[in-house]
Amino acid sequence: MTTRLKPKHQRLVLAIFALVAVVAAGLLAASALKDEAAYFMTPAEFAASPTAVGKSARLGGMVEKGSIVSAPDGLGIAFIATDGKASVRVTYRGIVPDLFREGSGMVADGHADETGGFVATRILAKHDARYMPPQLGAMPGETPDEIARTIEDPAR
Amino acid sequence: MIAEAGLLLLWLAAGLALLQAVTGFAGLARRDDVVALGLAVRPVAIVHGVLCAVAFLCLIALFARTDLSVALVANNSHSAKPMLFKLAGAWGNHEGSMLLWLTILAIGGAGVALFERRLGARMLSATLAAQALLAFGFYAFLLFASNPFARLNPAASEGAGLNPLLQDPGLAFHPPTLYFGYVGLSVAFSFAVGALLAGRTKDDWRDFARAMRPWVLAAWIFLTVGIAAGSYWAYYELGWGGWWFWDPVENASLMPWLAATALLHSVSVTANRDGLRAWTIMLAVVAFSMSMIGTFIVRSGLLTSVHSFAVDPTRGVFILALLAIYIGGALALFGWRIGKVSSGATFAGISREGALVANNLLLSVILGIVLIGTFYPIAAEALGHRLSVGPPYFNRTAGPIALLLVALLFVGPLLRWRSDRPGRLPKIAWVLLAAAVIAAIALVATVPATTLLPAFGLALGIGLALASLVPLAGRSLRRTPGATWGMVVAHFGVAVALIGMASNAAFTEERLVALAPGQSTSVGPWRVDFTGVEPIAGPNWTAIEGGLAARYGDRIDRLTPQLRSFFTPPTETSEAALLTRWNGQLYAVLGQPTEDGRWQLRLWWKPFVTLIWFGGLLVALGGAIALVARSRVPGAIRRLVARIRS
Repeated sequence: MTTRLKPKHQRLVLAIFALVAVVAAGLLAASALKDEAAYFMTPAEFAASPTAVGKSARLGGMVEKGSIVSAPDGLGIAFIATDGKASVRVTYRGIVPDLFREGSGMVADGHADETGGFVATRILAKHDARYMPPQLGAMPGETPDEIARTIEDPAR
Repeated sequence: MIAEAGLLLLWLAAGLALLQAVTGFAGLARRDDVVALGLAVRPVAIVHGVLCAVAFLCLIALFARTDLSVALVANNSHSAKPMLFKLAGAWGNHEGSMLLWLTILAIGGAGVALFERRLGARMLSATLAAQALLAFGFYAFLLFASNPFARLNPAASEGAGLNPLLQDPGLAFHPPTLYFGYVGLSVAFSFAVGALLAGRTKDDWRDFARAMRPWVLAAWIFLTVGIAAGSYWAYYELGWGGWWFWDPVENASLMPWLAATALLHSVSVTANRDGLRAWTIMLAVVAFSMSMIGTFIVRSGLLTSVHSFAVDPTRGVFILALLAIYIGGALALFGWRIGKVSSGATFAGISREGALVANNLLLSVILGIVLIGTFYPIAAEALGHRLSVGPPYFNRTAGPIALLLVALLFVGPLLRWRSDRPGRLPKIAWVLLAAAVIAAIALVATVPATTLLPAFGLALGIGLALASLVPLAGRSLRRTPGATWGMVVAHFGVAVALIGMASNAAFTEERLVALAPGQSTSVGPWRVDFTGVEPIAGPNWTAIEGGLAARYGDRIDRLTPQLRSFFTPPTETSEAALLTRWNGQLYAVLGQPTEDGRWQLRLWWKPFVTLIWFGGLLVALGGAIALVARSRVPGAIRRLVARIRS
């Protein structure tokens, strides 16, 4: 554009630039999404087909009653995440959130390990009735409370 | 009575919004007697703004008195809450925040009616009509789907309280600040829609841009401060040690900011050189559309997070319909009428305009990336997949482009308008840019385990801290215009924030330990002794407080991270403890007790992390300097000084 353009032509050139920018953003986003989008899974889905080891994923479920075990150094925990249909062993090192407890909902970010378990790098817990991880609320046909009841009373 | 008065005021304000739209459109008519009606639009807009503001004050009064016969107060407040949180509770919920939104919208219209003197009558009428139409839809939403003044019969005996995470002084200021930013952009939107509606005008487009610019600038300052404050709030309140999580709600505030930043730069091309007319109009539409989408994400319950209040699908559908009408309508209007906006002045590729176009394109690409990353999970969920898009996606895509934008900042502000040559620029700018890039590459090559983004961020940040000052070189500092100072301060702020981000990413040290009272640990240059825990009580909570003595050199400082239990609603939160030094922050979180009586502790030493928010505030300060410098204030002060002297 070193030569002088007519105003109309310059507007056209700018519009083309804008279009190219939008397309570039779309392509860049698409290629990154292919690699980085972590699929949210329920324990049943995870147990049926675990993600590749090391690929980031997100697991949402209930902490099974009586399943929390602390590591000897006091800094790690292991527990069973369940949705009433299947169970996954989750290990985590760090401080668990305030409302993380047995029988309540949680979402773990992390990845699969070699043994079919899940290594969490961050855990989110259900806060109060008005704040919970969206995926827990979206579990088909079941609220976390219902899931909890299912877990307590398998006959239901 | 206050509730009834508030509701009545809302209905009156809604009626006035309609009247404002009608009189505004009358100003566009062909017949002179109808156009005369349009003269009423200014006073109507002012009265409308006042009524809506008084309605909002009514709501605040109800919260201040904890009037439990009002459903909203009963559901969100509590008589034992500290006064600051009672007042903040007025907008810490869905209905109240929507009323705040509307109040700012109405006051924006009143502000245009009061202060705008540059624009012709046609364009002004059309602008105020557009602003009124915007408000009218949200009045309908408030009155029919989320009445903040609804009574509760019988009155509750005690309120339900406020989410403890929100009981923080940050809450008192964070949402209103962001809202001023979001809704301030509505004025730019209305200017754009007004210009399209008014059609072929005799107005100078530079005047149009100069009329729009202070509103964009003011909204952008509020957005910048709001985002910086929100980031700091998440940093110390969530206790995760991070300052930006690419959470959908954070993205919802970032997207309008990106669009507003682009708009701020393109509007200066239109104001100075009469170029980029159509692009500026388009960006003004996009910026407020992003604000509305942001509100929609946060408030509709489509995404549930700490920011979304009670989920109610009908409200979501209502807001979705409003968005479709306003955004779709504005874009359709753009497509239909933009042909009537003749092309502006042209410029060479290498020129200030060219650099600003590059800035706009890069910001648009980042905006597109954030938009896709935020909405892709929602779209996927509609198709039956549940997935989440996290920080790796955003860092990998937006990060490099943001650094490209920073590289552009080294030379862009030095270019002349219309046409320039790279060789004319001060050599120092090129030298700094080359040095930064070489230093970054050297850093990655020599220091093991260095990642690309922090290395380039650090090198470009330090380089830009110097390069951003070059526009002042060789000038008389006293005669440098205020707007130039504003630009320099804002760009310097970008450099400062970038250094903070890169330093935090590269040099943070973390320690996770379980300690018995009397034991110690170390993190970074600090030695930290754990003295034990003790129970303490606050106004509406009790807590277990951990005692830490942090040693760095001779000084010993005390940190007290807490685990708080709130009574109403019964919830627990963790309160991180922060120790701020000039060269960084020590961040401590108290975890759970272990079976053998030790306590989990998570400690971070974060060198220069505070520069992130300090830089953000500098960016906003730069905007404020430019805003004041271009306003009538300096002239008024100069006249006053001259009068006092004589």
